Amino acid sequence: MALLEVKNLSKTYDNVTTALQDISLSVEEGEFVSVIGPSGAGKSTLLRSINRLVDASQGTILFDGQDITRVKGKELRRVRTKTGMIFQHYNLVNRLSVIENVLHGRLGYKSALSGSVGYYTEGEKEQAFVILSKLGLTEQAYKRCDELSGGQKQRVGIARALMQEPRLILCDEPIASLDPGSSKVIMDYLREINKTMKITCLVNLHQVEVAVRYSERIIGITGGTVVYDGPAGELSERMIHSIYQSAEGGLITDVRERQ
Amino acid sequence: MNEVLSAEKAVSGFELRRYMRTTSNGKIRTGAVSRSGLAVKLTLAVLAGLTVAGFLTFDYKDIVLSEAVGATLKNIGTVFLSPRLKYDTFQGILHELLITFCLGILATIFGAIIAFFASLLCAKNIANPGIAAVVRSIVAFIRAVPTILWVLIFAVSAGLGSVAAVAGLTFHSAGYLIKVYSESIEEMDYGTIEALKACGAGFWPIVFQAIVPSSLRYMLAWTFMRFEINFTNAIAMGAAAGAGGIGYNLFMAGSFYFDMREMGFITYVVFIAVILLEAIATQIKAKVK
Amino acid sequence: MTEGTKASKSLSVFSRRKRVYTVTILCVLALFFFASAVTRYDPSAGLAALPRAFLWIVSNLVPDEKALTRLPNILKKLTETALLSVAVTVTAAVFAFFFSLMGSKTTRPSEPAAKAVRITAAFFRNVPDVVWAILLMFSFGQNILTGFFALFFTTFGMLTRAFIETVDEVSADCVEALHATGATYMQTVFQGIVPSSVSEILTWVLFMIETNIRSSTLIGILTGTGIGYLFDLYYKRLDYASASLVVLSIVVLVIVLETITGKIRKVIL
Repeated sequence: MALLEVKNLSKTYDNVTTALQDISLSVEEGEFVSVIGPSGAGKSTLLRSINRLVDASQGTILFDGQDITRVKGKELRRVRTKTGMIFQHYNLVNRLSVIENVLHGRLGYKSALSGSVGYYTEGEKEQAFVILSKLGLTEQAYKRCDELSGGQKQRVGIARALMQEPRLILCDEPIASLDPGSSKVIMDYLREINKTMKITCLVNLHQVEVAVRYSERIIGITGGTVVYDGPAGELSERMIHSIYQSAEGGLITDVRERQ
Repeated sequence: MNEVLSAEKAVSGFELRRYMRTTSNGKIRTGAVSRSGLAVKLTLAVLAGLTVAGFLTFDYKDIVLSEAVGATLKNIGTVFLSPRLKYDTFQGILHELLITFCLGILATIFGAIIAFFASLLCAKNIANPGIAAVVRSIVAFIRAVPTILWVLIFAVSAGLGSVAAVAGLTFHSAGYLIKVYSESIEEMDYGTIEALKACGAGFWPIVFQAIVPSSLRYMLAWTFMRFEINFTNAIAMGAAAGAGGIGYNLFMAGSFYFDMREMGFITYVVFIAVILLEAIATQIKAKVK
Repeated sequence: MTEGTKASKSLSVFSRRKRVYTVTILCVLALFFFASAVTRYDPSAGLAALPRAFLWIVSNLVPDEKALTRLPNILKKLTETALLSVAVTVTAAVFAFFFSLMGSKTTRPSEPAAKAVRITAAFFRNVPDVVWAILLMFSFGQNILTGFFALFFTTFGMLTRAFIETVDEVSADCVEALHATGATYMQTVFQGIVPSSVSEILTWVLFMIETNIRSSTLIGILTGTGIGYLFDLYYKRLDYASASLVVLSIVVLVIVLETITGKIRKVIL
């Protein structure tokens, strides 16, 4: 049984703009899947409707066999704890320490009160330190997040997601604001997490080469519909152009190839 | 594979303890240690303490809170739900509103002129540091005295009227505008001034060819915002010092005739005027930003 | 472009600036004469009043020995006014914070609720505090609570608007991330919004405390409470020496407060 199954998903904003149109896809446990497509194709909306930050207009989402399309309240929180999310702009609480931000990954498991006052058990704190050490951030644990570099902030974002003990991690353009060096570090961590912890990864990416190098499977989205869904190795030059709806030689990747 | 990752993984749980900070009872700390965090907590604690101290020491006399609150709610209802005029005419009210408006304008014009020259004397990038320090302390003093006290002080020698009101309002406006004008001059690129100095330009050409053109927009925006404040202050001066304008009508309706419905009508007139000014000020703010 | 057109273009810039200056000055002059006529303001009398006023200030507004005997009483009222300003601002800030959560784009429960909050805030902000003071006099009389509520209403209105802007600014990113972890609304507020906005909020609170000290002097005169009442009392008795001591004590308080506020702002922002 697939871990995540999306059936005929559609989303329109304000009854006017169509972001997703009849999207169906399924992701097996342990897969590393990249979603590529031009800006505004609906990649972000797709990811956000999976953890219900955005409510779909039509269609169903099955997570681990459970229909989560309409779940509410406590049940929704429980589903969200099982899906971590990583953002392009890291979305940390900059004024808090690194360790506090990592511990935010436990909020979904806690009572409203103990979470609000920031009460965590010693076990949770130790676990946070173990995760930080895996990401090479122990030295930074007590720094405020606004003192960190972009790459470090994104690693805190990953640590926060891991703290949730998720089965699925959704990554929305995780390296779009990073320099090439930090980008490689982040992508390596994501692959490592996928391989050793068996956490499923669904990653929105701008860079086609990165998607091809790191993922087993690629989903291409254009205008809110899936136009490609297959192994990374079989993604043809022609397919890429049809995903990005560009003419031959109209993409930045074409420049490199001609040289 | 990633070297950092594998190296860090070798770190044992015991090793990790080295990085943890603990509280006095052995719990692991989570908060960041920073000067600003400490300052925030300290300030919050002091403010909370002062608030509690205030509520405990206030002289409430023999007031029965529930009765007073109930009566107030009833009065608010009367004021806002059944406004009408009895002692004043609508035209008269509008005329008084215009007077208040004009008092605000006069104070703003005088304040702006004084502030323009004074800010040249105390902007850090063009002024003599000694003179600047003196001007700054005078300005700080002027701003610290509440407007109403300036009006009352001027009223003694000039009589209670527009002269005292304008003088009092002007003092405070000037104090405020000097501060913001000099700040907008200070934001200016020093290179421009230096270049003009190198050309042998004198002080006034520098002021009118470099400083005024580059900071005029900000100065105008601030001046307009100050006008908004001056208008509300002019109402208050009318009410508290009897300095004329719609504030005085408000005071008479409320504290002399005890006519809440009349007060309600005047309040609505004032309210609409203030809302209009605020809307214009917001537009100006957005444009300058 | 040839040299000639360049020169004429820069010339036109100069002449345009000259025109702008001229028009501005004419407009200001017109406004000035209009306003003077409406208010029956006599510029020459206004100018002549200044030196007279200064002479009067330096010869009369000087504390004498008799005034110094009133110092303990003045300090007592000054403390009361300062505490009142702090208590009003802090209480209003607590209310304003919760209302701003309802009014902010990212945390509002529903759009109509947000609109209602914004309209309420605009109402309290734009009804001048003197109106509240006069209105509250009817039911509270000469009581410190008259000043308290009058200042509370306007402070609440101002702070609600300011906090809505602050919450809008800080919360867009972190609110989404905390929701994604499965956090509840309250957890998002206290773990995300509060820590991100506390410095800005504190800066606003300090600023309002300063403003409220000045306003409470005014309201004190109207309602017969606090330091404003004391000034009014001495002023009406023509005891200018004592009145001047009141002014000086307010000045010292405000300047000390301004200095402390400036220092705190530097550290926390």
